[in-house]
Amino acid sequence: MSDAAGTDALARTPLFVEHRALGATLVGFAGYAMPVRYGPGIMAEHTHTRTAAGLFDVSHMGQVRLTGDGAAQALERLVPGDIAGLAPWAMRYTQFTNEDGGILDDLLVTRSDDGLILVVNAACKDSDIAHLERRLDAGVDMTVLSERGLIALQGPKAAAVLERHAPGCAGLGFMTAGWFTADGADALITRSGYTGEDGFEISLAADKTAAFWRRLMAEPEVEPVGLGARDSLRLEAGLCLYGHDIDETTTPVQAGLAWSIGKRRRQEGGFPGAPRIQHELAEGPRRRRVGVLPDGRAPAREGTAVLDAKDNVIGEVTSGGFGPTAGGPVAMGYVAAEAAEVGRPVSLLVRGKPRPATIVKLPFVPHNYHRG
Amino acid sequence: MSGLKYSKDHEWVRVEGDIGTVGISDYAQEQLGDVVYVELPEVGKTVVQNEEAAVVESVKAASEVYAPVSGEVVEVNQALEDDPALVNGEPTGAGWFLKLRLSAPGELDGLMDEAAYADYVGGLGDD
Repeated sequence: MSDAAGTDALARTPLFVEHRALGATLVGFAGYAMPVRYGPGIMAEHTHTRTAAGLFDVSHMGQVRLTGDGAAQALERLVPGDIAGLAPWAMRYTQFTNEDGGILDDLLVTRSDDGLILVVNAACKDSDIAHLERRLDAGVDMTVLSERGLIALQGPKAAAVLERHAPGCAGLGFMTAGWFTADGADALITRSGYTGEDGFEISLAADKTAAFWRRLMAEPEVEPVGLGARDSLRLEAGLCLYGHDIDETTTPVQAGLAWSIGKRRRQEGGFPGAPRIQHELAEGPRRRRVGVLPDGRAPAREGTAVLDAKDNVIGEVTSGGFGPTAGGPVAMGYVAAEAAEVGRPVSLLVRGKPRPATIVKLPFVPHNYHRG
Repeated sequence: MSGLKYSKDHEWVRVEGDIGTVGISDYAQEQLGDVVYVELPEVGKTVVQNEEAAVVESVKAASEVYAPVSGEVVEVNQALEDDPALVNGEPTGAGWFLKLRLSAPGELDGLMDEAAYADYVGGLGDD
């Protein structure tokens, strides 16, 4: 059945053969043939990640290195995050913004020994690279690391498992990085991820990626996890998915990402859309991203209208589904700022019927990041 | 488990007298993955063949369940409210959706028997 979805014309990650051997259901995602689920299904994969260790192929994401003396300053002209202040081996979440303060993509930036390493979304990587090429100064060199694979190992047992293969990595603090030897291969390992759990992302040469994946798969705590559970995990964790919860029409402030804009950048500006973002920081945005908890059992999907007590539309769900750990439906979306207070009763228009729900604080499941 | 008739949309119906019990096939539940919610029609509602009769939701998405035959809904499976995973575990048994009083029994002739449906599903992988 794996070939039935017409995935033959799609690009393949270095782990394509592993996915097939594991019986994954493959789908087209951002031009790649990617596993949406493996044998046990999304629910089991989700729960396994929250209780043990889930292994994810994220090789479709873009990895880019910036080098040169002015690399941090040059990148700061494209993102509102504090990059110049990034300590060696520290990493930061930020966004490429446009002149209106909208979000072109979100990304992670790591300061390594040989420059800045950017990890960007698969669906945006071509446009991100073009954007960087156009906007970076002549003194900054960009290398697209297309010959590297990227694996995520996530969950409360991730550190114990990875330490067996890449000694020393368990000593990394949350959102820090380092080079390690992973079963003989050089690997840039970061203590990060997108599930709300403790975990790591491991970048290594494409031709070493499958062998390392198989070694992790051989560990008793580890099960493979597809895009389906990756989505339910990040939704429960209240994390944005580009193209759904954030896009060119949403600003970092509306999206609740103001925490990722440091004090110096707020004051100095100097990034695309700074006037609007600074105005929203000072005056508040007209709408805000919030958690929406349906009262009943019916999930509310992306695009569902959010209504006030008088059935006026006050917002829209941007991600919604079932949270296996939450044990019921969960959603997030944007509502008018004046309606964005926690505890406010609203309704969700699902299949033409308004159904009661409540505005809640995100995340739905507490983060379990490493606090070492 | 004999006597089931299947639609191309992967619903089944089992007829006893003028009452047809309706559900989704094992193939359909496998394609959907973990079922987390089922929305059933009101008893007394009239449904039309190949039109929406219920909604089944997996972790990922909501899908329509079409009536394999026309009729009036006389009973729905309340057990699915508390345990929607019955659709995965026993799709052609305890995971049934609804019972209809058939209004056009002749429609049954256009449905597939078990063997024809197995052939039909077997051919879907080769598209």
